[in-house]
Amino acid sequence: MSAATAAVGTQGDATPYYDGVVKNFVLASVFWGIVGFLAGDFIAWQLAFPALNLDLEWTTFGRVRPVHTNAVIFAFGGNALIGTSFYVVQRTCRASLFGGAGFGNFIFWTFQSLIVLAASSYVLGGSQGREYAELEWWLDIYLTVIWVCYLIAFAGTIMRRKEPHIYVANWFYLAFILTIAMLHLGNNLALPVVFFGGESWWKSYSLYAGVQDAMTQWWYGHNAVGFFLTAGFLAMMYYFVPKRAERPVYSYRLSIVHFWALIFLYIWAGPHHLHYTALPDWAQTLGMTFSVMLWMPSWGGMINGLMTLSGAWDKLRTDPVMRFLVSSVAFYGMSTFEGPMMSIKAVNSLSHYTDWTVGHVHSGALGWVAFVTFGSFYYLIPKLWGRRELYSLKLVGLHFWVSTVGVVLYITAMWISGIMQGLMWRAYDSLGFLQYSFIETVEAMHPYYIIRAVGGLLFVLGGLIMVYNMIRTIRGDVAAGEAQPMAAAARG
Amino acid sequence: MSVFKQHQKLETNVFLLAVGILLTVITGGLVEIVPLFTIESTIEKVDGVRPYSPLEQAGRNIYVREGCYLCHSQMVRPFKDEVERYGHYSLAAESKYDHPFQWGSKRTGPDLARVGGKYTNDWHVRHLINPRDVVPESVMPGYPHLKHKLVFNDVEAHLKTLRGVGVPYTDEQIKSAKADLAAQAGVDATASSDFARRYPKAPMGDFDNNPEVTEMDALVAYLQVLGTFVDFTTVKPEKVAR
Amino acid sequence: MFADFVQHVLRPFWGVWMMVLFLGIVFWAFRPKNKGRFESYGDIPFRDDDKER
Repeated sequence: MSAATAAVGTQGDATPYYDGVVKNFVLASVFWGIVGFLAGDFIAWQLAFPALNLDLEWTTFGRVRPVHTNAVIFAFGGNALIGTSFYVVQRTCRASLFGGAGFGNFIFWTFQSLIVLAASSYVLGGSQGREYAELEWWLDIYLTVIWVCYLIAFAGTIMRRKEPHIYVANWFYLAFILTIAMLHLGNNLALPVVFFGGESWWKSYSLYAGVQDAMTQWWYGHNAVGFFLTAGFLAMMYYFVPKRAERPVYSYRLSIVHFWALIFLYIWAGPHHLHYTALPDWAQTLGMTFSVMLWMPSWGGMINGLMTLSGAWDKLRTDPVMRFLVSSVAFYGMSTFEGPMMSIKAVNSLSHYTDWTVGHVHSGALGWVAFVTFGSFYYLIPKLWGRRELYSLKLVGLHFWVSTVGVVLYITAMWISGIMQGLMWRAYDSLGFLQYSFIETVEAMHPYYIIRAVGGLLFVLGGLIMVYNMIRTIRGDVAAGEAQPMAAAARG
Repeated sequence: MSVFKQHQKLETNVFLLAVGILLTVITGGLVEIVPLFTIESTIEKVDGVRPYSPLEQAGRNIYVREGCYLCHSQMVRPFKDEVERYGHYSLAAESKYDHPFQWGSKRTGPDLARVGGKYTNDWHVRHLINPRDVVPESVMPGYPHLKHKLVFNDVEAHLKTLRGVGVPYTDEQIKSAKADLAAQAGVDATASSDFARRYPKAPMGDFDNNPEVTEMDALVAYLQVLGTFVDFTTVKPEKVAR
Repeated sequence: MFADFVQHVLRPFWGVWMMVLFLGIVFWAFRPKNKGRFESYGDIPFRDDDKER
């Protein structure tokens, strides 16, 4: 696989780019994406119709939900990040992947085996009870080993570069890799029972308890958002938006300020997940302050992405791939405005514990993370498999609209249900009693849970359209009657 | 200026860039997490909070295993409506032996921080087997598989591990862990007085009317003790003020 | 010594120090002298060895 698929450069010294590895990661990302979207939509229907929990221990909401979150964040997102980082780092450094195809594929297969082990362990009840970090200790160690290999391959490639300057996308990738390593190690410190003669070799107890454990977990949890779902995908934005738009990033200098401000501010924002809890006030105030400040670098990044298109706005109309990329940046702007707003304690007192949070996460995860990934993949797939263009750009347009409608249904349903439930919880009747029992507020959610699940279904459908388009592109087909504007417009 | 020259080194040397990134991202965590271990007022000084009994801890492990925290919080916030709905707002002290914490982040179902003693054992058992038997509008999954026999032969190892991470179990508690588990589940009445001394306020009995010690017994024992450790009628308000 | 210094001098005005640092980064990134150098880096993605396919 390795030698056959390594594209050979055109310059004198012919740097081989190891793209076979990148292909594997792209295929895996799409595959796990569909699995993760399906798992998410399944549990969305469960909330509307609880009989779908099937009364089996392996299919309850509590066990499938970690499968969903881990599959979309770490399997779909993780494969997309590792794959694109290997593509981008080779090209922006004009160097071949450190360790070559063998090392790259080693990282690929160990990472896929981790995903399978993780999903099986969750379904079988092996969660350690930390949101987005449900992996038990033995899998945590396995991930650490894989991650160190990934860092070596990535940083090693940078060290071989012919380009003196390290391109900013690689800064974001590097911050993502390093910070995730730090968070993963810090948050998962635990003592396995087996060290004390226990029979259950998989079970462990977290090193921290209560309030310290909560702070550590959300230091991790919020920065999984900040560094996995933001910094990593911003790296994709800083490479694929300029490439697809065929013009350099709007302001390289802004990207430098954006980078340092973003990574410095993000790490403080965790306590906004713990407003009004038993976490001391000083920590809550710090978390709120930094979350609000975070709005600025976030929008700095958004402006940089959007303005890259200045002078080429017509591409938005003519190129559906560009539409995915630009909409993702717009969704990024929207959710990074909503986030700081929700971190204000007065707003948070209403929004916390409700579906509003779920809607917020999905406006970022579907609108930003998934869309920028789709856009990048639609750019990458023809390049990787040596096709002039995709099988069908019209299908890309269809995918865009189907999933956009899905996202809009999802987040509006969650806004309404979240705000409504928050208001119902605090409503008093004229006699001064709580107006609603808890279960009445659950009942009121039913129609919105159906709308949300329909939105999710549309998103899955969009994903399947992409799979079809991808397979036909790889086979080398071209849809009848496609104008192929990108291929027609001569590049460079 | 020389500082600016330094950045030029940073952006052309991946090692220096990595160090710069790590220094930048490490500050926030250090400033927010370390003081929680060093500032004494972080955890209130209140009486009554004790380590979980072996059966309660087994139930807690099931709570974690099933992902209950994904739909139920264990953190009452200091708002009028929450205090009226659930009880006194939660203190940091009440979860100081919780490895891991289970404060949760979403209330698809109600908060459980003070669910202990609110419902009968029978209600819990019926509710866990099929929630819609007792709450028709509920969207919670049924957990009929909790009727399985509880596997907790290595209970002593679990208590030792918890002691390793800071839960103050005594040697006596570890030595008698198996007997205590049986005593609380109502299958061995001989040890019950010692058990009650070791774990004050622990609910005892055959929770699910099945002579075998089941996962259901463990989970209900855990739920019934949640939020009951601190007697708020004797706590001075200024000690727990927020 | 150093800890005392941090306690007494840096802590009360941490917001100010960070603002100074931030403005320093902005000034450095945006001062005219650096413009040409930085903006040329924006072309890096277009310098790769990929064949036109």
